[in-house]
Amino acid sequence: MTVFILRRLMQSAVVLVVMSALVFLGVFAIGNPVDILISPQADQAEIARATAALGLDKPLWEQYFVFLANALHGNLGNSFVFNEPSLTLIVQRLPATLELAFSAMVLAVVLGLPLGLYSGLRPQTALSRLIGAGSILGFSLPTFWVGIMLIMVFAVQLGWLPSTGRGATVRVLGVDLSCLTWDGIKHLVLPAINLSLSRIALVIRLAASGTREVVHMDYVKFARAKGLRPSRVILVHVLGNILIPIVTVLGLETGAVIAFSVVTETIFAWPGIGRLIISSIAVLDRPVIVAYLMMTVFLVILINLLVDILYSVLDPRVRYGEARA
Amino acid sequence: MTALTEETPGIDAGETPLRYILADFFASKLAVAGLVALGAIIFIALFAPWISPQNPYDLGALDLLDGRLPPGSAAADGGITYWLGTDDQGRDMLSAIFYGLRTSLIVGALSAGFALVIGTTLGLIAAYIGGRVETLIMRLVDLQLSFPAILVALILLALLGHGVAKIILALVVVQWAYFARTVRASALVERRKEYIEAARCLALSDARIMLHHLLPNCLPPLIVVLTVQVAHAIALEATLSFLGIGLPITEPSLGLLIANGFEYMMSGKYWISLFPGVALLVAIMSINLVGDRLRDVLNPRLQR
Amino acid sequence: MSTAVPLLAVEDLRTHFFTRHGIVKSVDGVSLEVRRGEVLGLVGESGCGKTVTGFSIMGLVDPPGRIVGGRILFEGEDLAGLPEERLRALRGERIAMIFQDPMMTLNPVLRIETQMTEAIRAHHPEVSQAAARRRARDALSQVGISAAEERLAAYPHQFSGGMRQRVAIAIALLNRPALLIADEPTTALDVTIQAQILYEVQKLCRESGTALIWISHDLAVVGGLADAVAVMYAGRIVEQGPVDDVLDRPLHPYTRGLIGSVPSRNRRGAPLQQIPGMAPSPLKLPEGCSFRSRCPRADADCIEMPELSAVLPGHLARCVHPHLEASP
Repeated sequence: MTVFILRRLMQSAVVLVVMSALVFLGVFAIGNPVDILISPQADQAEIARATAALGLDKPLWEQYFVFLANALHGNLGNSFVFNEPSLTLIVQRLPATLELAFSAMVLAVVLGLPLGLYSGLRPQTALSRLIGAGSILGFSLPTFWVGIMLIMVFAVQLGWLPSTGRGATVRVLGVDLSCLTWDGIKHLVLPAINLSLSRIALVIRLAASGTREVVHMDYVKFARAKGLRPSRVILVHVLGNILIPIVTVLGLETGAVIAFSVVTETIFAWPGIGRLIISSIAVLDRPVIVAYLMMTVFLVILINLLVDILYSVLDPRVRYGEARA
Repeated sequence: MTALTEETPGIDAGETPLRYILADFFASKLAVAGLVALGAIIFIALFAPWISPQNPYDLGALDLLDGRLPPGSAAADGGITYWLGTDDQGRDMLSAIFYGLRTSLIVGALSAGFALVIGTTLGLIAAYIGGRVETLIMRLVDLQLSFPAILVALILLALLGHGVAKIILALVVVQWAYFARTVRASALVERRKEYIEAARCLALSDARIMLHHLLPNCLPPLIVVLTVQVAHAIALEATLSFLGIGLPITEPSLGLLIANGFEYMMSGKYWISLFPGVALLVAIMSINLVGDRLRDVLNPRLQR
Repeated sequence: MSTAVPLLAVEDLRTHFFTRHGIVKSVDGVSLEVRRGEVLGLVGESGCGKTVTGFSIMGLVDPPGRIVGGRILFEGEDLAGLPEERLRALRGERIAMIFQDPMMTLNPVLRIETQMTEAIRAHHPEVSQAAARRRARDALSQVGISAAEERLAAYPHQFSGGMRQRVAIAIALLNRPALLIADEPTTALDVTIQAQILYEVQKLCRESGTALIWISHDLAVVGGLADAVAVMYAGRIVEQGPVDDVLDRPLHPYTRGLIGSVPSRNRRGAPLQQIPGMAPSPLKLPEGCSFRSRCPRADADCIEMPELSAVLPGHLARCVHPHLEASP
């Protein structure tokens, strides 16, 4: 088990380094390397000074190592727009994004699991077909358009919920959370629903197809032959077997949700890292772009690693190895 | 001894696999509805320049005074009726949607098509040759797939800039891995079957075996992935254009139209965002309905 | 022959499946009896409906199938007409069942202990978890599993096929049911393990007085184990009687064909006998006797479906031309 974790850690480290090289090459190869470190408004003299001072006249591979060394110390350059370390900017906005992403995932499970379970147990009913069609609708809906429509209906027409921004926050363990205040929740509802729609559809489909398969398995029939109550058969025997693949897929999806929050944050003016990156791309604030990319890559790799470990813990077949006689 | 001429039960000579699949497919009303809608959209996309009342991307044809008109209004010079209203530039929304659908379909189909070719080739090679080549290709695939599509597209477009070709390139990079993984998985299963062994004994060239023998048997899951990916590509392009890093504003795009309409939403001019969104939704959903039904029909495990 | 009321009396059971392609008459008029403590072998080839018969008795027939006719009298109740809640109370408590594939019978993500104690507590909620655990441990020892204490905490994939089947048997007998239905439990196992399982089941049933219906396609197994045998073909019982009678003096041509087709040392060198043709598809059963098209003795009289009648005392056959001579 520990060997497994160590191996995955090493793999992840390798991937991280490879990605950093790719990002480095990409940014440096496309534009003038100086641009990443100084404002585009600088004049010739400043550029020349900076080039020399920052060692940009050195060979590319040497520059990469300098970049890497800096990165490991948390220095990814200063933002042109905000004139602060770009990494700090990212870290400040990360809790907002994570809160949004987490809420979306919770909604996906809470709404998707029961609906999918029902649909898998009674596939021929009208409600099941409705759920099935609804799930296709769910992942066909373009997220950004749904966000706009949500604002239009709930904020503009009905006036029930606010249309932009994050609500009041409460500091917990050094992190600002808005889901603990009523105002915060009101602001969280629409963006979270928006972001969660396609994941709800995904969970419904996974749960429905998983249930459909599992329900015909011998061990479910054997459980019924024991005379167990139907609720126990479903909630313990069926659910236990479909949860493992669902949890793994959801875990992997979390990375996608964090990345996709770019869209929702833009529409709802949610102060997370997604909104930051869009505005940074628009003004070519390269240090922030690089910091965002590195942070997201790091998060995705971390999440994938955690999911792998979680999977091997949850599935007893993996945890306890193969059969002994 | 009674003769063994009794009819083998249950098999009808006229029922080829294709007919069976088609019959199964059309058994779902939802799938048929999707197919019809898809047909309509493809028709619109192909003939947009001829069936649109106005060419919304010819700046000379636009009249700024006609901007932001609600659906059903007539043009100031009494020419055409703006059935779905106009946007802030005076573009007829109906025409803009037709052109936008055309772009969406072209970008979606082209990018998925290229990704299909690249991914299938690599997947076949990986499955057939095996060894270090396979490991290398599959590591690349895993790496690619562990990163969210939108992130990869974001990075590429941030670096490459605007342009139709660049978007298609970014979408191809995002998608090829799905095809590669699917093809490799089915090809691996097929490779172990005896008819491949037989083909090898006949000293057929590797390329021929891969193309003529392996590939046709990997088609069913590939078709399903293709439909899903086209839908994804369309949605992704619209999203990126909406965010401002996709197509340039000179190209028709449903995403751009919706982005345009975003600012006018608060003042009640809903039609600028609503109708392009509905069109986009119908396009994506019809493809998904068809693809979903295809997946159920082609899945051997669900056959009882 | 005891004249006591039989434990289980199935009367003209019909279970049909309503599929897209037509009605599959899996069980089409099955009648059999099992007495307390008796072992009945239910024999037939794949698709003859023996498994569905077992499921029908347990009330585990799933849509698109359902029981369309007949009665299943068990301890004074007609199982075919009982509400689901009553059936559930009987399952695992008075009637139990074990299945063919031990790899799939146990839930892979639950511990053995959980899967055993839940069987007890579903019917006896007053029993504490600790007490249920003790009973489970003892049951494991009884089926010949050593180190029962550690085994309880294990997961199914850590056991071999034979051991999993033993666990299944232990679970089935936990509440001391009056009847155990075993659906080909040794088909998927090695021959040596088969013998062990057979022995365990036989011993346990005799010790606890549990009646046993052993479903199988293997005549040899049934011959060594059962007190009575019923032979099924195309959804109906075609022959039934005490085991020695049926195996030594088979009446029905199908039974005779089955016995004759078993390779045996006495007939070494002689060509293998086989029953020509194939069993009819349950979607398109022929008129009259279902075995007609393959039977060397068939004639015009066989157009009409024969009744299951006592050709010899206690020995029934569904045939108008039964073999009355002794088996070769």
